[in-house]
Amino acid sequence: MQIIVFLIVLSLLVAGGFLFAFFWAVKDGQYDDDMTPAMRILFDDETAIKESSHEEDNS
Amino acid sequence: METVQTVQTEKFSYDNTIVRNFGIATVIFGVVGMLVGLIAALQMIFPELNFGIQYITFGRIRPLHTNAAIFAFVGNGIFMGVYYSLQRLLKARMFSDVLSKIHFWGWQLIIVAAAVTLPLGITSSHEYAELEWPIDIAIALIWIVFGINMFGTILKRRENHLYVAIWFYIATWVTVTVLHVFNNLEIPVHMWKSIPVFAGVQDALVQWWYGHNAVAFFLTTPYLGLMYYFLPKAANRPVYSYKLSIIHFWALIFIYIWAGPHHLLYTSLPDWAQSLGTVFSLMLIAPSWGGMLNGLLTLRGAWDRVRRDPKLKFMVVAVTAYGMSTLEGPLLSIKSINAISHYTDWTIGHVHIGTLGWNGMLTFGILYWLWPRIYRTELFSVKLANTHFWLGTLGILFYAIPLYWAGWTQSMMWKNFTVDGFLAYGNFLETVTQIIPMYAIRAIGGTIYLLGVFIMVYNLWKTASAGSLARNVEVEAPPREKHVRHKGEYWHKWIERRPIQMLFASTVLVLIGGMVEILPMMLINDNVPKIESVQPYTPLELEGRDIYIREGCLGCHSQMIRPMRSETERYGEFSKSGEFIYDRPFLWGSKRTGPDLHRIGEKYPHSWHYNHFLEPESMSPGSIMPPYPWLFDQDINTSYTASKIKVLKTLNTPYGEDYEDVAVAELQEQAKEIADELREQGIEQENLEQKEIIALIAYMQRLGTDIKVQ
Repeated sequence: MQIIVFLIVLSLLVAGGFLFAFFWAVKDGQYDDDMTPAMRILFDDETAIKESSHEEDNS
Repeated sequence: METVQTVQTEKFSYDNTIVRNFGIATVIFGVVGMLVGLIAALQMIFPELNFGIQYITFGRIRPLHTNAAIFAFVGNGIFMGVYYSLQRLLKARMFSDVLSKIHFWGWQLIIVAAAVTLPLGITSSHEYAELEWPIDIAIALIWIVFGINMFGTILKRRENHLYVAIWFYIATWVTVTVLHVFNNLEIPVHMWKSIPVFAGVQDALVQWWYGHNAVAFFLTTPYLGLMYYFLPKAANRPVYSYKLSIIHFWALIFIYIWAGPHHLLYTSLPDWAQSLGTVFSLMLIAPSWGGMLNGLLTLRGAWDRVRRDPKLKFMVVAVTAYGMSTLEGPLLSIKSINAISHYTDWTIGHVHIGTLGWNGMLTFGILYWLWPRIYRTELFSVKLANTHFWLGTLGILFYAIPLYWAGWTQSMMWKNFTVDGFLAYGNFLETVTQIIPMYAIRAIGGTIYLLGVFIMVYNLWKTASAGSLARNVEVEAPPREKHVRHKGEYWHKWIERRPIQMLFASTVLVLIGGMVEILPMMLINDNVPKIESVQPYTPLELEGRDIYIREGCLGCHSQMIRPMRSETERYGEFSKSGEFIYDRPFLWGSKRTGPDLHRIGEKYPHSWHYNHFLEPESMSPGSIMPPYPWLFDQDINTSYTASKIKVLKTLNTPYGEDYEDVAVAELQEQAKEIADELREQGIEQENLEQKEIIALIAYMQRLGTDIKVQ
């Protein structure tokens, strides 16, 4: 069953990659703010742009 | 506030054409995949529905159905959702329009290749990885194109924060790459036939490590990413807890990759590996339910809108189905429950809660939200969408409940003993005919579900023709803040700012991955307990085995007798790992619509098999196995026998020196022996010894006889 050793090593490598990504994300400040990202996605597309330009028209 | 003036916004556009293209492909292949599934379901009630055409027998269209549903329908659904959300989340157009186009057309060509080769019987027999090696390579290339396009977009993003959905997309890409490569390590015999490097129990472990993670990282993680984007968008409110979504993501991907062995409980896989699968599967309940609750609670305070808005209804049912199947999955991974459920229709019911419920309903919800947006119009008919919702939901219930019932009923019948200690239903067929009414209701459920999809096609068609596609949406956004290099900066930061270097680095990594592929070759000389009497297959048996693979026999027959009294009484001695060391690929199967075949060898005379393959009902009245008349017309193809032997020898199968030179002669000799015996048993057919049926009978009669207790 050497294959299982191989799979475990491979899985650990993948998991290690993800762990590295996790540390990067924390260090990068990706998770410093856990409120606004959830809101921001609601305002990121074309309709939002239209609305903001509309506001500019008003001003 | 003065600083605001110094920020220059950049003008750019989002590519909607590619989103629309993937959307159309999703719908088309959804219809095709489900239609093939419906035909397969009907064939289980009326075997004659293959009209005697070999290309559309159940064994061949079952993989066509699963591949179409997973890789064509859900696959295109993933790309549709990713290409829409990624651009908006990152405030950037896709990295390259050319790559987008290559990705789209490449993927559709792969699907067409699958739709041609699978009915032709060109299959590796690894479930959900049936496609042969040239298509495997094409998939790898197109997947890399997708990766470059996605990571390129991430690098040129204008938004520093990577929203949780993007993390799910990244994990999908990375893991599917690894899975695809390692489960498809095979040596080509010719253009459309390859032999896997792993054998028997090792092949089984790699296959189900892949198989389960295909569910995890193709059907689940990308769709969770889509849920985290499209559900808040459709509800127009932020996700319940962003913090929880982050925990959901990291916990899920760390645990998921270990769960595979739960597909092999009670098999010849070592016990400790089975337990590993069980433990990790049970742990998965926590992150999965965290994700489900996060999705559902996003709608807190908006349930009145769910009542009115069909999009949200679809999404609610999808997320609920996700929760149900991720609770059921871990429960099925407990050995005592698996002892009942495995090999039965329970599993089929379970996976369809996942695909029809979670993937299907979420896809429909997204399509209803997306189509009017990119076509700049209103949805043609909310009423029809509501009708679709109810047909879809009812269809799922009518599909799954009969199969749960059927699975439970059949399993109880298999395990039932009389007071005298005999099997209460010694004839396997009794346990099949018992559940045919359930199969009929399942087919009705599938029809209802498909009917809903047709209504959606009409609705989306009318919506599209009422509007006009906004191909490129002009937007503007400030550039991403330039990062000031500071002391102790991560090297990754440096590389992140340099897309070209990043691409170079990833290519190098992929090449290293390619070299790692050679490594397992050194590991194949394993220490599975060898059994002295287990010998390699003869050339004729080998050709028969390949016919068994071509016809997709393992779609209905297992070759793995579990160590339980109900199984050893019915089939014979339970299967040992040492018996499979020459099985490339392993053919344990995962479903018993017919009986297990591991100890079928020498159980019946050759003539029984001859008559049974010609007309199953002549030997087993009421059988739902289709006849295989073409095996009696087609000659055994011996042109690749020698090359197969050669490949097997490079994989350490102990055939004698220069055996490939005498292989065909030996094949013909054994074929003649079997044909002569058949003639003695009263079978008359011209050129009998040249026909495929002889090879298949040779294989059937060999199965499980190496250690047969006389």
